Amino acid sequence: MTQAQFQESANTEARGTAPADRHWRDYFTFNTDHKVIGIQYLVTTFIFYLIGGVMATLVRTELATPDSDFVPPELYNSLFTVHATVMIFLWIVPAGAGFANFLIPLMIGAKDMAFPRLNAIAFWLIPVGGVLLLSSFLVGAPQAGWTSYPPLSLVTAQAGEEIWILSVLILGTSSILGAVNFAVTIFTMRVPSMGLNDMPLFCWAMIATSALTLIATPVLAAALILLSFDLLAGTAFFNPTGNGDPIVYQHLFWFYSHPAVYIMIMPFFGVISEVLPVHSRKPIFGYLAIAYSSLAISFLGLIVWAHHMFTSGTPGWLRMFFMITTMIIAVPTGIKIFSWLATIWGGKLRLVSAMLFGMGFISTFVLGGITGIMVASVPFDIHVHDTYFVVAHLHYVLFGGSVFGIYAAFYHWFPKMTGRMINEFWGRVHFVLTYVGFTVTFLPMHALGMQGMPRRVAMYDPKFTTINVICTVGAYMLAVSTIPFIINVIWSWRYGPKAGDNPWQALSLEWMTTSPPPIENFEGVPVLATGPYDYGMEKIQNTGERLRLKLRENATRNAQKTGIPIAEAQASTFLGRTATLVAPESEVNVDSPADESQDGE
Amino acid sequence: MNIPSSILTMLAGIVVTLISLWYGQNHGLLPIAASDEASDIDALFNTMMTISTGLFIMVQGVLVFAAIKYRRRQGDNTDGPPWHDNFPLEILWTAVPAVIILGIGVYSFEIYNSMGGLDPMGNHDHGTMQAHSKMRGSAIAATLSDTPQKTPQIPSPKLVALGVGASPENEDKPADLVVNVMGLQYAWIFSYPESGVSSGELHMPANRDVQLNISAQDVLHAFWLPEFRLKQDAIPGRPSELRFTATKTGEYRVVCAELCGAYHGAMKAVAVVHTPEEFDTWLQSQQVASSQNLEQAVAVNPGELSDGEFLAPYVREIKINSETLEQLHPTHH
Repeated sequence: MTQAQFQESANTEARGTAPADRHWRDYFTFNTDHKVIGIQYLVTTFIFYLIGGVMATLVRTELATPDSDFVPPELYNSLFTVHATVMIFLWIVPAGAGFANFLIPLMIGAKDMAFPRLNAIAFWLIPVGGVLLLSSFLVGAPQAGWTSYPPLSLVTAQAGEEIWILSVLILGTSSILGAVNFAVTIFTMRVPSMGLNDMPLFCWAMIATSALTLIATPVLAAALILLSFDLLAGTAFFNPTGNGDPIVYQHLFWFYSHPAVYIMIMPFFGVISEVLPVHSRKPIFGYLAIAYSSLAISFLGLIVWAHHMFTSGTPGWLRMFFMITTMIIAVPTGIKIFSWLATIWGGKLRLVSAMLFGMGFISTFVLGGITGIMVASVPFDIHVHDTYFVVAHLHYVLFGGSVFGIYAAFYHWFPKMTGRMINEFWGRVHFVLTYVGFTVTFLPMHALGMQGMPRRVAMYDPKFTTINVICTVGAYMLAVSTIPFIINVIWSWRYGPKAGDNPWQALSLEWMTTSPPPIENFEGVPVLATGPYDYGMEKIQNTGERLRLKLRENATRNAQKTGIPIAEAQASTFLGRTATLVAPESEVNVDSPADESQDGE
Repeated sequence: MNIPSSILTMLAGIVVTLISLWYGQNHGLLPIAASDEASDIDALFNTMMTISTGLFIMVQGVLVFAAIKYRRRQGDNTDGPPWHDNFPLEILWTAVPAVIILGIGVYSFEIYNSMGGLDPMGNHDHGTMQAHSKMRGSAIAATLSDTPQKTPQIPSPKLVALGVGASPENEDKPADLVVNVMGLQYAWIFSYPESGVSSGELHMPANRDVQLNISAQDVLHAFWLPEFRLKQDAIPGRPSELRFTATKTGEYRVVCAELCGAYHGAMKAVAVVHTPEEFDTWLQSQQVASSQNLEQAVAVNPGELSDGEFLAPYVREIKINSETLEQLHPTHH
């Protein structure tokens, strides 16, 4: 018996009996089921990703030639401003929330999120904020970049700017509501036998993300409300014409917006920690190191914001402080990367699409991390700040990292979400197109920035034309790469072969119920017969006293917290049928001796 | 005969090291270095590039190697070996990056200090610096801005000036040349307070300590000289400073790196590094031209001139052609 079979058999009773029967109309309602909300998030954010992608393609088309000849310069500025806002606030951040919504209750054995209505509200703020943002094109969209620095933001496209502020406030509110829900759910609704160190690492990642969101996002809200006062009421918090200080805005803005990078990447650190062990058939290497490094990144992420301001009037000593704190983040990040490599090393790699995107994540993110250390160095950052080097670095982190992570998660949990397998051939085509397109688009941008091309320009020195053309070709390839994905998802959702409950032979609890899961996820209270990553450990655990003790402890804890009576003696007896241990005593099947489960196949 | 894996690992390490060392010095990613500061920053970047190349090859190598070597064989549904911990290894890969980062941090600190980033004067109140009070071009700002009704009237500088100051050896000495730099949509204007010259080009002598006092008329700009590896934001109400020594004569580009409006990409100027003698000649020629301009200016009442007539000499100075001006403000004729 493999570990997966062992975990499944232990949860036979807890497993749902029939998958949820959903109608497409359910996804357009104020549904409070976390799985519906998760899919609502994912589909909605993917649509916004396509809209943001169209804007990116227009931007790159403009940059195929050195002159400003494709769109008017004002519209060009609006396009990259809204592109960035959409990608950050309407794609990556809420996509992470979408996966968390779908997965967290399942992973911790809960029936739903702690606050289901709040959860639905958090989702429905997303389309509202998104449509509001896009509507700004009707009145003149914001042109001041997603950073919206005053005084520029106070003097250009004021109506659009105000809409941008309102939209970001709405989307930030959604983030905060989501973060409260994730934190409370994880801390209070785990199956009783699951300690914090028994959780899947995705849950750790969401704790770290939620902490950052709750601390940092209100500061962005404060900055934007004050900016709004300057814009609408004529105050001068940031307006130098009234003795205001634009640098104060930058401090407030980056206090959120640097942590926002970690808010965007951390959930996908969690995703990668889930995907790699399953498809490598090996335990995650350094569970505790990965879990605690997320918390370290959260903490350090809050004290690095001024590295965005090395050229904007920051005292020398402060630049040194922020240089050091920024560089230190490389240590916990490096721990993760090395642990992932050690997880893969020596495994039996199943190179399905999810795994390819997971490995692609490491491959691309590591370059984003390396250039992150470079830009943390003040003297070098002074040269490349606000250039295409930073554009490249940012996209290596947030496209090479987060978007690759989103795709890895899509492919990995598609069978659980839909009950059907996705076509692997087209998944691989999607991966190759995305990886090549991504590299062709963003790798040359490092050189562009160092050679002297600033970012956010519609017109540039003709000597940069060749590299820009290459980047534009790559961008088109990236645009094309989404086509096989979209068709594959739609086709497989409808016609793909049935997936079964646990097609990847995974160990975490979301795979211990039907696909797609029933309304309240589990019939009974699931138990942990194994850890979430104990691949290859059957020979150690299935025969040992260690397992006997663990199961007894788990079952006893479940019994105590759920109030279902159970005798400790019985718990130690029925090792192979652990799930029955949480059922009333009358239902315990006494025909399953412990040794049956230990004999293997 | 099989080669022991430890020897193969060592050979791979040597090859990766050699590639990293070579590429770190020969990447060709940076433009020429035309200032003292640029050479130092390039050396720092080359060091980071060497380390990064090694790390990059190692990670990509592990991924590719694992994808080939550890690929699941057909029909094998068993799990891999259950390694999940190796404490000494984890200590190693925590300690090594920490030490590397410490090294890069100290090196960066040294370079930054030698550039003058920690010059205490760079953090003092430059209340006496009235960069734009002498700007003959200040009227242009209002006209060139695409939001003339919003053209800010920035109060006198009151906040500390920040930026890159004098290098430690020049800390107590005034700069050889001081230039006031004003950023405005979408031009740079350079004025030489000691000689009263204003220009749309930045001229300076080679191998002299030059100080730029940078300010902004309307919105944020960023003064960037890529070949000098120097950049400093121009901030309304907050004058800042940039001090450096150009080393190579020639013409370079001044680029605005901070988004400043629709025509941000067109906000460029030329920086010319002369020999000291050529610079003196240029300055004298400008003083003569300037005095001629002033005489002509006295002869006309600016109030009687149209915008186009009034702007004509300044347009020539700041290298904006009349078509661009028309494009920017079709209402100004």
